[in-house]
Amino acid sequence: MNLITALARLLIFPGLLFAVPVAWFFLWVERKSVAMMQERIGPPFMQPFFDFIKLLGKSTPSRSGVDGLLMKAWPLIAVSAAVGAVGLLPVLPSSGGFEGDLILLLALLEVPAICIIAAGFSSRSLFGEIGSAREAVLTVSYNIVFLLAIVSIAFSQHTFRLEALAQLPATPLRYLGVLAILVCIPAKLHINPFSLPNAEQEIYSGPLTEYAGPELAMWQLSHGLEWVAATGLVATLALPHVAFWWLGIPIFAAFSFGIVLLLSVLAAATARLAIDTTVRFYWQCTLVFAVLAISSALFMRIRS
Amino acid sequence: MNLWNKLMCYSRRHSPWLFHMNSGSCNGCDIELVASMTPRYDAEQLGVCLEGSPRHADILCITGPVTHTSVRAVQTVYAQVCGPKAVVAIGSCPATTNVFIDSRVLAGPLNRHIPVDVFVPGCPPRPDAILQGVVKAAEILAERGRTVRVPEPAPAPQSTPLSSAEPGEGQP
Repeated sequence: MNLITALARLLIFPGLLFAVPVAWFFLWVERKSVAMMQERIGPPFMQPFFDFIKLLGKSTPSRSGVDGLLMKAWPLIAVSAAVGAVGLLPVLPSSGGFEGDLILLLALLEVPAICIIAAGFSSRSLFGEIGSAREAVLTVSYNIVFLLAIVSIAFSQHTFRLEALAQLPATPLRYLGVLAILVCIPAKLHINPFSLPNAEQEIYSGPLTEYAGPELAMWQLSHGLEWVAATGLVATLALPHVAFWWLGIPIFAAFSFGIVLLLSVLAAATARLAIDTTVRFYWQCTLVFAVLAISSALFMRIRS
Repeated sequence: MNLWNKLMCYSRRHSPWLFHMNSGSCNGCDIELVASMTPRYDAEQLGVCLEGSPRHADILCITGPVTHTSVRAVQTVYAQVCGPKAVVAIGSCPATTNVFIDSRVLAGPLNRHIPVDVFVPGCPPRPDAILQGVVKAAEILAERGRTVRVPEPAPAPQSTPLSSAEPGEGQP
């Protein structure tokens, strides 16, 4: 992957220029599908875009010193990391990529969560600190399962390259891994039943309580981009390889859209769990499957 | 007006985020405000969002007749809402102090402490009236443009009720 391809992937397709409208579209789909399930009309199509523009035009409270600087920096870091993660997705077949880009994608997907934790603590708000502590506990809980599932997929197919993974025929183990990833994604995206860090009305707005105006707009954008990256990762791993790129892109988009709908149904149908229940769910119920997946991957590797 | 300003005005009118504050209300108006967010009235089709933090909000919805203990809180929360902002006084209490007039625990009405843009009268007002008030406030917000209105200095809150100058009148 040379510099021009890398820049084109980061800034145009599937990066910034393409991913930002898709992020707004996914945010709208999430709200609209919940509205339709409650027999309401729901927000208009351009609602996330209007929210973004409106937030750009609002003033922010003046903050001085290192705290103010950090509070400006965290949302920007989160957005850049999320754009980088989306840019690595192999939407176009034979679009390049390098050995180990799966590891880079996982690292970039973690950055927004770390930024949110840091943002809550640097805002010095009591509610922000509670939200950050919850986010930290949640991150530790679901990431074990998430990473074990992805490592077992990559390990059983002998590659850490996204494009190779997308092209290899899927095994039953891979579907087990994708299922484990799907269980972790609601926690990663802070939607019900794992909307603990940003538990609205319960701890105000969690880590983002003190954020306003353009900074809040950046947080919303990074949240939307996380949706794109997470659903794109699942689509990459779960979809069979299609020979024609013009057929591959619509299938990829339709599958991502389907996952967004599935997660919205889950969010609308469930209520928020308590933090101890959530942690117990990930450590006691899903960890078993992740350990099963990685041990069977090891077993397959030894036998082959 | 250039394109960016037009887009900004349009976005402000279509994305009013609310923060709800109770300044000593009997809960009647609070229930009606919550009812206007329910699926039956579907405020979300107007872009309305009830936010958890005053920092995120554009429109401050205040219920209640403003008791002495809540005056400081009202002023603090008003200052925490980032500009441009609008205030909607929900119910008759913040407008006139309603049936609690002459009470010695009140520092109301609300517009003695912060500038109010829209009054929604009623005891309590119906959810559709509240939504109409919110939409009106969003229009005011859009017209206010990019300049943030500096609130006129609030008069010092009187420690005694309005009618205490005339002893005997209206007192039990």
